[in-house]
Amino acid sequence: MADVLPFTDGELAAIRGDFPILTRTVRDGRPLVYLDSGATSHKPTPVLDAERAFYEQHNAAVHRGAHQLAEEATDDFEAARATVASFIGAPADEVVFTKNATEALNLVAYAFSNAAPTDDPKDERFVLGAGDEILVTEMEHHANLVPWQELARRTGATLRWVPVDADGALDLSGLDELLTERTKVFAFTHVSNVLGTVNPVADLAARAHAVGALVVVDACQSVPHLAVDVATLGADFIAFSGHKMYGPMGVGVLWGRAELLEVMPPFLTGGSMIELVTMERSTYAPAPQKFEAGVPNAAQAVGLAAAVRWIEGLGIDRIHAHEAALVDLLQRGLSERPWVRVVGPAVGTPRGGAVAFVVDGVHAHDVGQVLDDAGVAVRVGHHCAWPLHRALGATATTRASFAVHNTVAEVEALLAALDRVPVVFGLDTEREAS
Amino acid sequence: MDLYQELILEHSKRPHHAGLRDPFDAEVHHINPTCGDEVTLRVDVSGTGAEAVVTDVSYEAQGCSISVASASVLAEEVIGHRVDEALETFEAMRAMLTSRGQVAGDETVIGDGVAFAGVSKYPARVKCALLGWSAFTDALARAGVDISSTSSTSPQGVSS
Repeated sequence: MADVLPFTDGELAAIRGDFPILTRTVRDGRPLVYLDSGATSHKPTPVLDAERAFYEQHNAAVHRGAHQLAEEATDDFEAARATVASFIGAPADEVVFTKNATEALNLVAYAFSNAAPTDDPKDERFVLGAGDEILVTEMEHHANLVPWQELARRTGATLRWVPVDADGALDLSGLDELLTERTKVFAFTHVSNVLGTVNPVADLAARAHAVGALVVVDACQSVPHLAVDVATLGADFIAFSGHKMYGPMGVGVLWGRAELLEVMPPFLTGGSMIELVTMERSTYAPAPQKFEAGVPNAAQAVGLAAAVRWIEGLGIDRIHAHEAALVDLLQRGLSERPWVRVVGPAVGTPRGGAVAFVVDGVHAHDVGQVLDDAGVAVRVGHHCAWPLHRALGATATTRASFAVHNTVAEVEALLAALDRVPVVFGLDTEREAS
Repeated sequence: MDLYQELILEHSKRPHHAGLRDPFDAEVHHINPTCGDEVTLRVDVSGTGAEAVVTDVSYEAQGCSISVASASVLAEEVIGHRVDEALETFEAMRAMLTSRGQVAGDETVIGDGVAFAGVSKYPARVKCALLGWSAFTDALARAGVDISSTSSTSPQGVSS
């Protein structure tokens, strides 16, 4: 497989050289094989440098103060917004910085229930009540499920969901019954954080728009791994996190169409997001400031912009090709082990950067522990997608997820460590996983 | 790796006293929300006060080898013992498991429980080993036993 990788060995060595953490060892001196970038990615030096430079040279509360540092910090923050927006093909004022993707999704969910009966005028698209429906899918991360459950509870609307089929794709056979005039919002993931399934966003969005529903897409597992252009994606909102795309923790992004952000009620309120405040009431600043209450996470936004520039320096399409080759290699390796069952799309189907699997007879925690003992870091459990695991008939899975710094040798290290699992737990490796 | 002692593997493959039995005084269902492990545990107590005895612990455990083996050892160590002895065993297990490798455990108090000493070096797995024990102490409380002398294990379960 190595010959089809888009980066030369020299380029890959340089990429790895940007990550100081990859030089450390774990568990009694073993090299770190980090295959958990789907949970959080490591941060390359240019990102760390950018965050530090902000604090060392320009630190100030943005959008406040008449002094030079305040001007520079504000310029840096707004430049970061423009950089992130450009990366996803959006105008700068359609990008809202949040704490993380979870907050971004909650922001939209609360915009719906904050469209209170006393608001006048109000945009009917954001008003929910009994008889209205919220549509999600069975493969959602809890971050794109629980906020909608809560919205349904607060408003009396009904939550419905698209089931997952045996191949780990959305079962769209009943979509006409699920997606109707009653549906006010359809929230779904672009790429499953467990299955790696890539959902047909444009098709689903077109069907949702045909019945007047707004479309919210969880793009956490797509934006770091494949080219996302909101102009053609079809969604009305997307949410993604900075820390999964080589950026700092503590910054996420909500992108929304300008005309929707304009009419949406705010989520968090307080300083920064106002236009005029009296003791009785307040009016709000235009988006995106309307959704950024309090002193924002400017250093993290600046770090995220540095991450975007770092990604653009390598090219998102090359990153995708590199990760796809590693995913394919891992899937083929796992398919040679009859005691392992991969969940999600078959080999050759387009996938995100994650591969989750089950070793029948051995709990994922135990699999992960054996891998950890070899220095291989994976995620185990339900990956914040508990209903999906119920649908798969698995209590938990083991998930390897890739970043651009991963190598063929690391896939081989994972497979070699995995071969210790049947030895430790006395499994019959001739028996096929059911 | 000193985590997977033979005793743990044995107990996880063939858990002792497994299955749910009658009669029982209380039943609880505890989960580990980070991985979805679950245990349903019943306790039957006879006598009162200082004479109270754990006559049975029965359970259904779904989870990793550590959590299943821990439930098995728990049943082994407390069935037929006085409640105060069982709580002493729990305290000794908890002290060992939360010691980050500093407490080896006393075999005369916790029996096969000493096999779990290695778990304390892996903070993420301590919850697995304590799942059954936290269910057990919760079930005792629901059965009317005063467990106020024991440390809290922050029960996350609900009675069923």
